[in-house]
Amino acid sequence: MSENILPQQFQQQSWVKHLTIFDWLYAVAMLVGCVYAYNEYASYMDEYEIGILFLTGASLVGLGWAWKPFRLLFIIVAALSLIAINIYNPAMQALASEGITGQTAIDVLTDDSEKSKFFLKFLISSTSATMWMSALFFMATITYFIELFGRSEFAGKVATAMVWSAVTMGLVGLMVRWFESYLVGSDVGHIPVSNLYEVFILFAIITAMIYLYYEVRYETRAMGGFVLLIISASIGFLLWYHFDKGASEIKPLVPALQSYWMKIHVPANFVGYGAFALASMIGIAFLIKERALRKNPAGLLASRLPATDILDDVMYKSIALGFAFFTIATVLGAMWAAEAWGGYWSWDPKETWALIVWLNYAAWLHMRFTKGWRGAPMAWWAVIGLFVTTFAFLGVNMFLSGLHSYGEL
Amino acid sequence: MSSPKNNLHEQVKLHRKNVFLEFLGSMNLAISILVVLAIASVIGTVLQQNQPYNSYIIKFGPFWHEVYQTLGLYDVYSAVWFLVLLGFLVLSTSVCVYRNTPVMLREMRQFRLRAKQKSLLSMKHSSHWQVDAAKNTKEYILQKAKLYLGQFGFQVKDEAFEKHHTLVARKGGINRVGYILTHVGIVVICIGGLIDGNLSLKVKEWLGTIKVEQRDLTAKDVPAISRLKPGESVSFRGSITLPEGSTSNFVFLNVRDGYLVQELPFAVELKNFRVEHYESGQPKSFESDLIIHDKERKNFAATISVNHPLIYRGYAIYQASFGDGGSELDLQIRPFFVKPLKGNKAQQLAIKGEVSKSKTVKTPQGNYTLEFSDFKKFNIFPNTDKDSRKQFTNYGPSIIFKARDESGQAREYVNYMSPIKLEGRYFFLSGMRESVDQDYKYLHIPIDANATMERFFKFHEIINDDARVLQMARATVASNIKAEDKTNTKMQQQVATAMVRLVGLFRKGGYVAIDKDIQAKVPKEKQLTVARAYMGVLQTALENMYLLVLREEGLDVIKGISKRDGTFFEDAVSAMAGLGYYGTPFYLQLTDFTQRDASGLQIARAPGKNIVYLGCVLLIIGVFMMFYIAQQRFWLMIVREDGGENFDIIFAGNTNRNEFGFNKRYRLFAEQLKALLTDK
Ligand code: HEM
Repeated sequence: MSENILPQQFQQQSWVKHLTIFDWLYAVAMLVGCVYAYNEYASYMDEYEIGILFLTGASLVGLGWAWKPFRLLFIIVAALSLIAINIYNPAMQALASEGITGQTAIDVLTDDSEKSKFFLKFLISSTSATMWMSALFFMATITYFIELFGRSEFAGKVATAMVWSAVTMGLVGLMVRWFESYLVGSDVGHIPVSNLYEVFILFAIITAMIYLYYEVRYETRAMGGFVLLIISASIGFLLWYHFDKGASEIKPLVPALQSYWMKIHVPANFVGYGAFALASMIGIAFLIKERALRKNPAGLLASRLPATDILDDVMYKSIALGFAFFTIATVLGAMWAAEAWGGYWSWDPKETWALIVWLNYAAWLHMRFTKGWRGAPMAWWAVIGLFVTTFAFLGVNMFLSGLHSYGEL
Repeated sequence: MSSPKNNLHEQVKLHRKNVFLEFLGSMNLAISILVVLAIASVIGTVLQQNQPYNSYIIKFGPFWHEVYQTLGLYDVYSAVWFLVLLGFLVLSTSVCVYRNTPVMLREMRQFRLRAKQKSLLSMKHSSHWQVDAAKNTKEYILQKAKLYLGQFGFQVKDEAFEKHHTLVARKGGINRVGYILTHVGIVVICIGGLIDGNLSLKVKEWLGTIKVEQRDLTAKDVPAISRLKPGESVSFRGSITLPEGSTSNFVFLNVRDGYLVQELPFAVELKNFRVEHYESGQPKSFESDLIIHDKERKNFAATISVNHPLIYRGYAIYQASFGDGGSELDLQIRPFFVKPLKGNKAQQLAIKGEVSKSKTVKTPQGNYTLEFSDFKKFNIFPNTDKDSRKQFTNYGPSIIFKARDESGQAREYVNYMSPIKLEGRYFFLSGMRESVDQDYKYLHIPIDANATMERFFKFHEIINDDARVLQMARATVASNIKAEDKTNTKMQQQVATAMVRLVGLFRKGGYVAIDKDIQAKVPKEKQLTVARAYMGVLQTALENMYLLVLREEGLDVIKGISKRDGTFFEDAVSAMAGLGYYGTPFYLQLTDFTQRDASGLQIARAPGKNIVYLGCVLLIIGVFMMFYIAQQRFWLMIVREDGGENFDIIFAGNTNRNEFGFNKRYRLFAEQLKALLTDK
């Protein structure tokens, strides 16, 4: 062996060499997709939005390379959305020739009339896809608990598949909704992150995706049921909001929301909310595990739940992720406010509550890092954090008035 | 032990400075401030800020109002105690950075080659094995370890000691820079925020060089002590409502329960204002064409819209809102009272109004002040079509005004200009409410064949004309009476009087008044019968008067009346039944208008903004560096006991982030290194 070459088996390959053909195909597909979207929709976009489009493409490539299952997810979502669009387009044209357009035409295509389209009605119109997502999340919650208490590995695999499917359908629902909003009216069209109904879907999807990442990373499904509980709760709210308040109706944007900032501010925020929510559910799992270890170390709970230090680690990682994205989201929000309201910070209730959430988790992180706090107190704090976060997310809209007047209940 | 007290004293003196810094930079203080700030912020969101003081007094009563006001709870975020808290946060963070930075930078540079064998062995990630000294040299081992660890991007350094040789590989020291950036970022943001806060204004208020104006004055009447010259305040955020065609070189700053006038070094003229609407009537976009008049530079035109402000000389001009800029209204007063009539001419009076101005109307029931608050060119409401699909209908222009009577009591009205279709018929609608938290109750005035209110008012006039009512009553009684009763004039008289009285009651308070009358005067068991009889009489009277109206219009009523005229009668009667509760003794009809828009502008100056943004960038970069770049260190110690046959290899590692991932890596490294180093 030459002096400065390691034997093959000890050589680390550079990450570029780790990329497979599939990785490259995925990247090329993404590029093609971006260029296509650019050609097709450039007239609707300003220069910032074009920038955002290509940066999104690049980040999705990065995400897919770093987290391999995402590539397949993306391709399926893209394919299903394209199918929906390709069913919608000719059908809408046919209806337009009869003088039926906009929301009415969408209703015709998805309702019980003869003119409805099977795939749209039952599968991939935004409403149906969202319903599929909801059902799958509910079922996955139950299945995870069957896995946990029944020690059934098969159930575990099914549950994971359900969450993946739910995420797929949720994303399809959002993508198709985006397209539908343009069908309602070319001046109505907008990215579906503009009201409570839409962001609830986003919340469920993002929380589930963060969870799926940790599931593989930590090689355990035992946290699934807990995380899915909060997702199910949000889906419960979503369904109530849909059926009771008709919130799924696509409405045009008020002028203040017509900005490219919305496209980055809202998703960043929801990575934050999702991660905080996940951390709190892990906190609950932690507390249960700890109690089980004390009361009944040989019991089912104590043996089935992951080790406390794993839970502790996931909790920290999740809060760190949430904190980082929440920081970005708040800064973006301030920049947007500067452009829309004439001041980057106005102590508006929503803004202030974002700050409260942020200070709360900053304190949490300091406790962990500089005081070395671990275990139950931190888990309790993470659970309390959920209430603070929920208030910032929902409570402000329900109880307080301010400039953030979207999505009032 | 001679003088412990003295000793202690010395120590304290020596360390006083440090103790103070220690306290300021202590984690406990920092976390306490974070938590207290969070709680304080809650107050400001729960208690609505900067409302008129009157509404607070109503809500909390004078005592608590006083308490809350003294504590600054109505404007928490500029209360002294809140600013002091923020100041402490900045101070604490600065001290923290000041004390930690040197330590961290040193730690970043150090390799820690001098770690002791014992401490390595006691590390969480640590293992040891032996390598045959006959087959390997120390240099060869080092070479391979360096190659191996080097390829993962570690910086490697080694040093020979008396009895051992230590190699250290380290990575991710930049994590520490993350700490510095994050915390410096916080300080920078706070400084920027302080520049843009209203501290200087507060100081001037304390010094008495500025006084908040509370009276409702026009800008030019505001005294100098409540005016700020251009550049006098470092930063501000004010607003102004500009009607089309007007110019302003100042904005109003809202301060607690009053305001200040901030002058600008230029003037803004609103040339034109446009709103676009969605099909649903919601505003889609609004924009203002402005002309900036600047004595020092050339005038120029610019268009601003929501999310697209104009930045000029460090001032940012935003499109914030819009409203009515004083639309001119042509109105008709259509009285519900009967003045001594001259001839039979319809009673009405043309007046002119202007939005946000008021006008007084004299009536026999006293004076009413009309305060015109808004004009809307169209009103779009959703409803459903025959297939029960949602659609939108435009109800046309409307005015909103308050009518204040002499006692100062005001009711709010919304009147639509054009007739509105309801259940197949058209009505002029007028909504009335006694306070803003109520829903409007509507008066429905049916339209006649010419789509006007003439017939309704004609009808109303006749009903209210006592002489004609009496005449009609007599005629009715005479024509309906049986032949044998013809001579009983007394009875005829009685029936006619009853009819007149019923019509009178109906005029005053509709069916409710008649009902009250029956309840007051008729024994209980007879009430129902009497009510039926009264209704019959009233109905006949009203019908006959309606026939009079039709006849006067020239219709031949002998042949019977059309279904349409029949429905009109019913609608008109039910409208009149409600008039007693309408509030004003007249109906205000909008006949024409000249719309004038106003644009709500916000003008702000925030020189601290870029500093804040810089701080944000530092903060974000710092946070990511801190979370996602882990500081990692590996030690490889090669020990050879004197005369030993083997090298003892100790391999240990530590990290400050992501123990879980690090543990995996450590195990891989340990395994591969062991294989690599013992290989041959
Ligand atoms: C608004 C104020 C502050 C914010 C948002 C903030 C934010 C943070 C964050 C996000 C971390 C990272 C925690 C982690 O690594 O997971 C951190 C660490 C730290 N902060 Fe702060 N901080 C603030 C104020 C302070 C103050 C006032 C002090 C001084 C007492 C301080 C001292 C520290 C220390 C010593 C660390 C640990 C660094 C390490 O060991 O890696 N921070 N801070």
